[in-house]
Amino acid sequence: MYPILEKRLLAEGIWLMKIHAPRVARSAQPGQFVIVRADAHGERIPLTISDFDAAEGSVTIVTQAIGASTRKICALEQGEALADFAGPLGRPSEFVHLPLEEVRQRRYLFVAGGVGTAPIYPQVKWLKEHGVRADVIIGAKNSRMLIYTDAMRAVAENLYIATDDGSEGFKGMVTGLIEELVEQRGERYDECVAIGPMIMMKFVALTTRKYNLKTTVSLNALMVDGTGMCGACRVTVGGKTRFTCVDGPEFDGHEVDFDEAMRRQGMYRTQEQRAAAIEAEREAGHVCKIGLDK
Amino acid sequence: MANKIPRVPVREQDPAIRATNFEEVCYGYNQEEALLEASRCLRCKKPRCVEACPVGINIPEFIAALHEGKLQEAADIISADSSLPSICGRVCPQETQCEGSCILGIKGEPVAIGKLERFVGDWKLQNGAAPKATAPRNGRKVAVIGSGPAGLACASDLARMGYGVKIFEALHEAGGVLVYGIPEFRLPKQRVVAREIEAVKALGVEIETDVIVGRTVTIDSLLDEEGYDAVFIGSGAGLPRFMGIPGENLNGVVSANEFLTRANLMHAYDAEYDTPIYVGQRVVVVGGGNVAMDAVRTAKRLGAEATIVYRRSEKELPARVEEVHHAREEGICFRMLTNPTEVLGDERGWVRGVRCVEMELGEPDESGRRSPVVKPGSEFEIACDVVIMALGTSPNPLLAATTEGLETSRRGCITADEHGATTRKGVFAGGDAVTGAATVILAMGAGRTAAKAIDEYIRSL
Ligand SMILES: Cc1cc2nc3c(=O)[nH]c(=O)nc-3n(C[C@H](O)[C@H](O)[C@H](O)COP(=O)(O)OP(=O)(O)OC[C@H]3O[C@@H](n4cnc5c(N)ncnc54)[C@H](O)[C@@H]3O)c2cc1C
Ligand SMILES: Cc1cc2nc3c(=O)[nH]c(=O)nc-3n(C[C@H](O)[C@H](O)[C@H](O)COP(=O)(O)OP(=O)(O)OC[C@H]3O[C@@H](n4cnc5c(N)ncnc54)[C@H](O)[C@@H]3O)c2cc1C
Ligand code: SF4
Ligand code: FES
Repeated sequence: MYPILEKRLLAEGIWLMKIHAPRVARSAQPGQFVIVRADAHGERIPLTISDFDAAEGSVTIVTQAIGASTRKICALEQGEALADFAGPLGRPSEFVHLPLEEVRQRRYLFVAGGVGTAPIYPQVKWLKEHGVRADVIIGAKNSRMLIYTDAMRAVAENLYIATDDGSEGFKGMVTGLIEELVEQRGERYDECVAIGPMIMMKFVALTTRKYNLKTTVSLNALMVDGTGMCGACRVTVGGKTRFTCVDGPEFDGHEVDFDEAMRRQGMYRTQEQRAAAIEAEREAGHVCKIGLDK
Repeated sequence: MANKIPRVPVREQDPAIRATNFEEVCYGYNQEEALLEASRCLRCKKPRCVEACPVGINIPEFIAALHEGKLQEAADIISADSSLPSICGRVCPQETQCEGSCILGIKGEPVAIGKLERFVGDWKLQNGAAPKATAPRNGRKVAVIGSGPAGLACASDLARMGYGVKIFEALHEAGGVLVYGIPEFRLPKQRVVAREIEAVKALGVEIETDVIVGRTVTIDSLLDEEGYDAVFIGSGAGLPRFMGIPGENLNGVVSANEFLTRANLMHAYDAEYDTPIYVGQRVVVVGGGNVAMDAVRTAKRLGAEATIVYRRSEKELPARVEEVHHAREEGICFRMLTNPTEVLGDERGWVRGVRCVEMELGEPDESGRRSPVVKPGSEFEIACDVVIMALGTSPNPLLAATTEGLETSRRGCITADEHGATTRKGVFAGGDAVTGAATVILAMGAGRTAAKAIDEYIRSL
């Protein structure tokens, strides 16, 4: 069992939990994830490592309650425990392995959407600690749904905010803000990292392609084991089938077949959930481009 | 003198009923039936069955003990060579091993060695004496990676020798394929597998789940930081293969590993559990091994019309004969000499069928198997909404990639000598991780062989 040391509400339906998992904490690196099971009847679901502290033996996860399993996890209280917490899984972010000299030459642009803001944090923090410059864009529906802004401000060189309704920062989508930064303000970046809903990552990748800006995305495919054993997490990248859990979760966003990836996410979605997902998309002011309505 | 009666039939669940539930198909012998069947054995001087047993169980001796009603003795005789009789009695391919060589099989039916082994194994799980006292703890520690048959067998032998043993398992439950792959209706999880695992723990073996060696810890950290004197790798061959044909990433195409893991490990068929499974109305399973049979019969039990598509003929089906027979009884449709060339999707990206070609058997290849060749102009479609790929598996490259000096073959199997020693000092391996997908008995045997080698290695330090 993995005790919940701390639990905090970050925004509506989004909870931060600090979990006691010393082995994971000792080995975790930015970009990796864990497989969590709430209780003995629970599903194994992947959640990104949002922070880790080897000395304390703790790992932080940030979960958005969107379905049965995430709701079950979010319903657990401080002092209770998760049945399973396995990781760290997946490959760490590329920059962790590259020669530091090379990484220091680069300037990063991070683009975070919704709950995807949490997993961006350990990456930006790592870069800051290693003297690498990184700007961050956080996008959310409205100001109330923004998370991690203070923490991020402390580690980012520049923090930009975009809300769909303009209640804070730039009014519009993160892609609009990227365009403004690059085209209007003449900012230059060497690499972009985007983490958020699949649809957001798809459009970020389409936008950055215009600038030939290398873009890394972190795919949230469906998973079972998270160790390469089942193939539920298959995605097509550069025309080849890859397993998100072992070959990723980070991939070159310009090579990912997002339409397929989004379709595959719906594999276990019931009719009801499908309707709810379309509704959520509409509410967010998006035209349904990902085939949810089919 | 041996009793010249026909082979004692074994009681089974009615096919029509069992095709709708997950209870065990075969009830096994009761004591009376077992003793009667045991009376058929000739107690050959040069027993062919023993030669054909991958671990050389002294079959005539255990059958003789059983015949005399000395069940503990029969159990002890098997224990000398096999640590998982109630499991192997159920899942070994007896028709190509012991029973396939039994002298009685030449003119009639072989002794039902598997069913007798199962009877003795089950008896032992329920009534057997507590495991023989283990040697006093010698203060040395061994780490075992993976809790499948190879890991369990290696761990229990080492614990008996006095080693402190800890098994590290990546999944949340111990048992390897026995738990996530082979279904309940062939191998009961609580009654058999859980008890075998309890027996291993009773020897003092610790099992830590949720540890992916290579990620959570590494072989180096186990040796250098956690103070283990040696490591045994029993990580199996868990990576599923796909065909590489168009349409394989459509919604509705899954690997047998995914399908079976959802059903077995995650209990997706039980409403009390949260994990979903998608079965559809018509399921096509591609492949002809035990994995394919397990997947197709699971799909059938979940309510689908289920079909096997296999590119060779029935004779070449690599699955246990008993499973093929049971599958037929349960109403599984078999399309032999058929090979998929494309998975067809509808406009929403969901499977609507498979395009196949008919095959014919050509000349035998080096292995002696006649390789199938496409019959020209034989294309046709099978309508279905789920396609399950059961094309074999290969070892996970994670351990080799994260351990300096651990060599693998071209097929990704860990290189090890006949004692289980790998190319890295202090690191041993066995089971599917070394051989590629094989059998429970071979994995168990390899675990035990490695336990001996590990003992010798640690003594030599
Ligand atoms: C590598 C990785 C990292 C992740 N990190 C986080 C994280 O840090 N925080 C977090 O809140 N979530 C994260 N996710 C997503 C999370 O795993 C899913 O939200 C969760 O599995 C949904 O389970 P559920 O039972 O609550 O919802 P379900 O009932 O399964 O789904 C509810 C709705 O969401 C859709 N859905 C299901 N799975 C996903 C998915 N993976 N992505 C998008 N939509 C999905 C369903 O189709 C359905 O419409 C991550 C996923 C991956 C693969
Ligand atoms: C569906 C199916 C049906 C089968 N039917 C039969 C049958 O009828 N008869 C028969 O004889 N054989 C059968 N087999 C084959 C048989 O089950 C295997 O040959 C046998 O289980 C191999 O044992 P093993 O201990 O080597 O590996 P496994 O049983 O595969 O166990 C390996 C374990 O190691 C764990 N692991 C892997 N990597 C790591 C890591 N890095 N860190 C920690 N843990 C790790 C895995 O999670 C797993 O639990 C079947 C296989 C399948 C899949
Ligand atoms: S070959 Fe058959 S008859 Fe002979 S000892 Fe073995 S089981 Fe008995
Ligand atoms: S989650 Fe099973 S292979 Fe990736």
